[in-house]
Order: sequence, then C-alpha cells, then structure tokens
Amino acid sequence: MFRAREYVKVKSLEEAWSLNQKRSSVLVGGMMWLKMGNGQKGTVIDLSGLGLDEIEETEDAFVIGCMCTLRQLELHEGLNREFDGVFRECVRHIVGVQFRNGATVGGSVFGRYGFSDVLTCLMALDTEVELYRGGRIPLEQFADMPYDRDILVRIRVRKDGRRAGYASQRNTETDFPVIACALAKKGDQWKVSVGARPKRAQSVIICGDMSPEKLAEEAAGQFSYGSNLRGSEEYRRHLAQVYIRRLAKQLEKEA
Amino acid sequence: MEIQVTLNGKTVRAEVRPDELLLDFVRKQGCLSVKRGCETSNCGLCTVWLDGKPVLSCSVPAARADGRAVTTLEGVKEEAEAFGRYLAGEGAEQCGFCSPGLIMNVLAMERELSSPSAEEIREYLAGNLCRCTGYMGQMRAIEKYLNRKGGCACGENS
Repeated sequence: MFRAREYVKVKSLEEAWSLNQKRSSVLVGGMMWLKMGNGQKGTVIDLSGLGLDEIEETEDAFVIGCMCTLRQLELHEGLNREFDGVFRECVRHIVGVQFRNGATVGGSVFGRYGFSDVLTCLMALDTEVELYRGGRIPLEQFADMPYDRDILVRIRVRKDGRRAGYASQRNTETDFPVIACALAKKGDQWKVSVGARPKRAQSVIICGDMSPEKLAEEAAGQFSYGSNLRGSEEYRRHLAQVYIRRLAKQLEKEA
Repeated sequence: MEIQVTLNGKTVRAEVRPDELLLDFVRKQGCLSVKRGCETSNCGLCTVWLDGKPVLSCSVPAARADGRAVTTLEGVKEEAEAFGRYLAGEGAEQCGFCSPGLIMNVLAMERELSSPSAEEIREYLAGNLCRCTGYMGQMRAIEKYLNRKGGCACGENS
C-alpha cells in the first residue's frame, strides 16, 4: 500500500481537478489496483461524495457515473436488457462479488489497463467518455490518449439498437483474461473489440453481410497481439478468431 | 483525520491516517476476525460489510467509511455461529483461516439472493479462496444451511 500525507473527500469536481494537478496527488476509485503501489503520495482525492455513483437511463443513452461499481453494471436491469446481458457477462468473472462492490467503472476505464474487461466491452458499443476539462470524446480516442491529470466524470453509452455479446477466456477462474472479445451488430455493421491481447483494447468496424467465419478471420487479423506468461501471441490470435466467430453466431441465432 | 463509523451497531469515533485501510482500522477496534490475507484483493479473507454490502477491507480507505456502517463477523455473531456449525459438520472448517471472510460473504449472499442455485452460489463465492478444503465440504455446508429454511434451489451436492 502506498503512503499518503492527506486524504480529501472533495466537495466539487473543480476542487478535485485543482488538487489533482500536483503530480504527487492520486485520485482513487475503488483502489483495487492503485493500492498495490508502494510509493509516497501527497493527497489522496476521493470523489465518493459527489453523487457520481449512479447509472441514469435517459431517452437515448445510459449515463454511468465514474464511481459506479462493477457490481452495479452487473446488476443494472436497463443496461443488461438493452445490450443482451453483455455487462453482466463482462464483469462476472472479475474476482468476486466483494471485489466488484469496490472496483469502480471510472477507475477501470481511466486506467486503460490492458487486462480490462470493462474497456473491451464498452468499446464495442457507442461509448463516450466525459472528462472534466476535456469534455466528451469517443472512448476509442480516449483509449489512445496519453495519461494526463484530467478527471473522468461519466461514461455515456448510446442506446442505438445495436446488439452485443462478450466472451473472455481465463487460465484460472478470477485471473486476468488471456483474451477478451466483444462484438456488436447494428444493421450490416459489426464492431469488434479485443482486449487483453495483452495490450489495451482496440476496436475495428467491419461492414457488409458475411458469414461468422469470414467476419472472425477478417476482424482477428486486424489486431496485433503479444505474448506473456498467460499465453503466446499465436494462441491469442487463434482464440480471438474463435471467440469472435462464436459471438457472431450467437448474435445471428438470437436475432 | 477523525472519522465516525457505526461499527457493528456502535458509534465509533477515531483518528485514522490518510493511507489507513479499513482492514487495519477494524482490527485496531478489536475486530480480530478480519484477517489480512493476500493483500491483492483476491482471497476474500478480509471481507466486511460496508452499508450492508460485502467489500474487501484491504482495499477500502478507512476514511471512506466515515459516516457509514461497517459490519464484521463480531456483529453477526449468532448467525455466524449457526453457519459455523454447518461448516464443522461437513469437516469444511479445516485450518479455519478463511472462515470469517467466507461466513461474511455467505451471510451477505443469503440476504441478496433468494433460492440461489449451486452455480449462483459458486459464482457469488468465487472471491473467497480456501487452500484446505477443495470447496466441496463448504458447498455441502452452504446448501444444508440455506435449506434449513428452504432457501436454496440447489440439490444436495449438486
């Protein structure tokens, strides 16, 4: 666990942003990952008093506060009804209920971790990130940005009628995924995202009517993969193709 | 900084360090059932309830518990003893180190899920690791415990 000199439960985003401009400050979500660090921090910034822990359903989108937990994503009826249970499937293998009651959506997305199931899942949907100073930008753009001292406030997932599926593979239950795939279909457009390659998630869009086999081959071939202790580059490439094909079949079957 | 917490139904005011974890706070308050395990948010030994929800106290800043209710095994002693008898009856307590965290999560599950299936029980308890039992004894104990009032959709040993 890192050491800190001060803990501030902020009263506004402006206060949080100002405090966060110091390099020694640290903004904490669920702190599941951050607490593994051993360094000395200045100010620990806690957003939990700002009411950012709710999922709001509007006419055209779901607005997810950055302090919502992964468990809220898992249990939210509207989100899971709209996107075929994709959020429940995406988080249910992440350690255990106690972990998911603590880990926050903001922490998972802002960290842009290579292993993130949540980032992979959101990327297959029409998702925007709302930054305190940076405004609203597409998730794909945010995922490619370097880390800065802005604050991720909310995530907006547009209700555009797309259907979605998610699959991941782990060497052991509750471990990080070896590969994570999400697929969404709207009209004749497929959006495929692959995470845990083990690099951070990326997405591709493929248009046209094609078989699940052809889609899987074309999509999986567009990503780069890497090797680590959990799996080799070749293995991940193969798994990605298998899971994209299965998800495409699943979406076709449910259509 | 000073925090005020309702710990097992009693109001507690205490000074905490900015980097103090809830795990250390509750142990300092005498709740020694809460164990330090992996410290990587994986094993579930340090499970407590924060406003009724099970969380990993090794990952929650003590300051975040300010104004909230924290429950440890000491706060649900009678229920814990009742379930503990089922664990012992199935030979599932073994070294016992993981039992407090497991019991807290089983009792949380009992409140949250009605008639859980064996699969739902396994999924709910996936974050409670045990290095002794292989989990079968625990599953038998949980099923029998939930079935004492007909609260389990799982068949015995399913």
